[in-house]
Amino acid sequence: MADRAQPIGAGPGIGAAAIVAALILGSLAAVALRAQPGTGLGPADWQAVRFTLMQAALSAAISVALAVPVARALARRRFAGRSALITLLGAPFILPVIVAVLGLLTVFGRAGWVSQALGAAGLEPLRIYGLHGVVLAHVFFNLPLATRLILQGWQEIPAERFRLAAHLGADAGAIWRLLEAPMLARSVPAALAVVFAICLTSFAVALTLGGGPRATTVELAIYQAFRFDFDLGRAALLACIQIALTVLAAGLALRAAPGGGFGAGLDRPLRRWDAQSGLLRAQDGAAITLAALFLLLPLAAIAVNGLAGVTSLPASVFRAAGTSIVIAAASTATLLVLAVPMAASIAMARRTGWIELAGLLGLAVSPLVIGTGLFIVVYPFADPFALALPVTALVNAISALPFALRILVPRARAVLGDFGRLGLSLNMGGLPFVRLVLLPRMRPQIGFAAGLGAALSMGDLGVIALFADPEVATLPLQIYRLMGAYRMEAAAGAALLLLALSMLAFWIFDRGGRWHAEV
Amino acid sequence: MLRFEKAVILNGDFTVRANLALERGARVAVIGPSGAGKTTLLEAIAGFRPLEAGRLVWDGRDITADPPGARPVAMLFQDGNLFPHLTLAQNAGLGLRPDLRLSAEQKERVKAALARVGLEGLEDRRPGALSGGQQSRAALARVLLQDRPLLLLDEPFAALGPALKAEMLDLVADLAAETGATLLMISHDPDDARRIADQAVLVAEGVAHPPRPTIDLLDNPPPVLRAYLGEG
Repeated sequence: MADRAQPIGAGPGIGAAAIVAALILGSLAAVALRAQPGTGLGPADWQAVRFTLMQAALSAAISVALAVPVARALARRRFAGRSALITLLGAPFILPVIVAVLGLLTVFGRAGWVSQALGAAGLEPLRIYGLHGVVLAHVFFNLPLATRLILQGWQEIPAERFRLAAHLGADAGAIWRLLEAPMLARSVPAALAVVFAICLTSFAVALTLGGGPRATTVELAIYQAFRFDFDLGRAALLACIQIALTVLAAGLALRAAPGGGFGAGLDRPLRRWDAQSGLLRAQDGAAITLAALFLLLPLAAIAVNGLAGVTSLPASVFRAAGTSIVIAAASTATLLVLAVPMAASIAMARRTGWIELAGLLGLAVSPLVIGTGLFIVVYPFADPFALALPVTALVNAISALPFALRILVPRARAVLGDFGRLGLSLNMGGLPFVRLVLLPRMRPQIGFAAGLGAALSMGDLGVIALFADPEVATLPLQIYRLMGAYRMEAAAGAALLLLALSMLAFWIFDRGGRWHAEV
Repeated sequence: MLRFEKAVILNGDFTVRANLALERGARVAVIGPSGAGKTTLLEAIAGFRPLEAGRLVWDGRDITADPPGARPVAMLFQDGNLFPHLTLAQNAGLGLRPDLRLSAEQKERVKAALARVGLEGLEDRRPGALSGGQQSRAALARVLLQDRPLLLLDEPFAALGPALKAEMLDLVADLAAETGATLLMISHDPDDARRIADQAVLVAEGVAHPPRPTIDLLDNPPPVLRAYLGEG
């Protein structure tokens, strides 16, 4: 039996998915073929594997352990600025890593605010480089994510359950045992697995705060094999290890996906009658305040330090900013050309198909591994360093693709479900339906996805570090070079510029999508 | 004439069998219990459900395999008959050209059609700015412009109040008379059926029966219809 008729064909989406799959699987194949197992893994490589696993496990455990009280406080308190704070928890997703690192250095660095306070009290300053710093930065990025994931678990408990619990006279402790602990038993493992997977592929944090033989991740080792030794075989071997680690993490994340639930409610407004004691109020207030300070202080540090440096930026920073804008624009365009047709095709399919899997591949393979593969493929034919910018734009687009699809697919499904039959009965199949119905009705989601893609690309410090020669730099790479040259004031000014550009890129697209949109 | 020849329509795990003919220009109510397959029957005519067996013939031409847009059919669904982001003129204009590249003369026709259904001066409004009755009128203006010989109504006015619904059905009857279209409407309300449909097709227990005079069917309902209508 044929599937229900659809107003548009799946062809363009299939083509886009084929390109993505060919690119990712092709670079994987290149890495696998080029790897030189003969030399085997040296002690340094094993150390990198151990460090990668340890920092990811620590980062996940600390992020989630801190996220639980914060999410609990946000779930049971209502206060002015609550929704702004929850929105702010989403901001690290598009915050450039290098900017956050500079902010963290200003607050927690050897000469930072906390160390100065400790020094005034006669204590030793903090040491941020190495394992501490890597974990600190990962917690900074993932505490908000874990809080949002766990808060979602809280919000999925129907308001009726809390009403019933209050009716039965349950206090905060009883509600914990009755409702909250069972919910956490499902959502905490999922959050742990997600944060672990993210930290496993972290490159920019390890590049800036790690390093040295005792604080090198596998991704960083790939980079070093490339840049310092130009040992492609060893880089490829390390990339294979990274792939194995990612597959392991993906397996964990899939197994830990939360299932089951509390049943449906009638969406009554949530009211909480428990946890009114002064002690619990103080506890929740402290959790929220500390979390907000932890997130806001480094951002404030960027603003304070950056304003001093932004007036005297070297010309190289503006050149790099121009390069970053061009890359972000190209990457966003590539992203949309791939994601919109794929979203339409996925929305039309009745079950999970290979197009959806191709869209998820970008999550399973780290950008640095794709970059290594592309380098190996290109190297015999052309100068890879000359292709640094197009390759960066392309890899950025592919790594943003899974997120874009998550935003686009549900909307495409709704548009086709609501208007597919009407479009067919009016004979507006194909291009007229895309032009008059699909694109106009998906515009807010396309704008949001484009905004995320542009901001991610603008702030990315990954593949470009592999490919760039000294003449070429994106803004994040230029900031890294300024830091390496100990020009911290210029770096802070450039970081403020990068932060502004990333937020602006996101705002322009997101706003453009919603401008005069009739929803 | 529209003819189902030993047709079997598949919808998930149940089927509707139809072997019947409707005269050109007839006004036919489709009645029967909920879930019996009334919508399935209309969807088969409009081309949204393929036939498992048999043929569908319009004026001697086999249209069994025609795609929805190529059929001689204009259809109004239960909801979602207008695109919310397009103006009334654009929504109605889709009845003339699905890509909306309209000539000046066609734009005049759109205006006239909107005026005919009582929406003069509202061409540039979007559906969200209109009442439910006005939205129904806008959809009817498009049907008028589509000018197809078969008009299928899948209870598009179910959400309207009784007076407004009666008004819309009268308007439909007038438009069908003007264009000579054959009208097929699903109805849950026997009064609606009596009001504008002289014939009725009973869909029950997986079979669409040949049309009978509406009054005849409603006054002497078979047991399955009697249970549904709640009479004795």
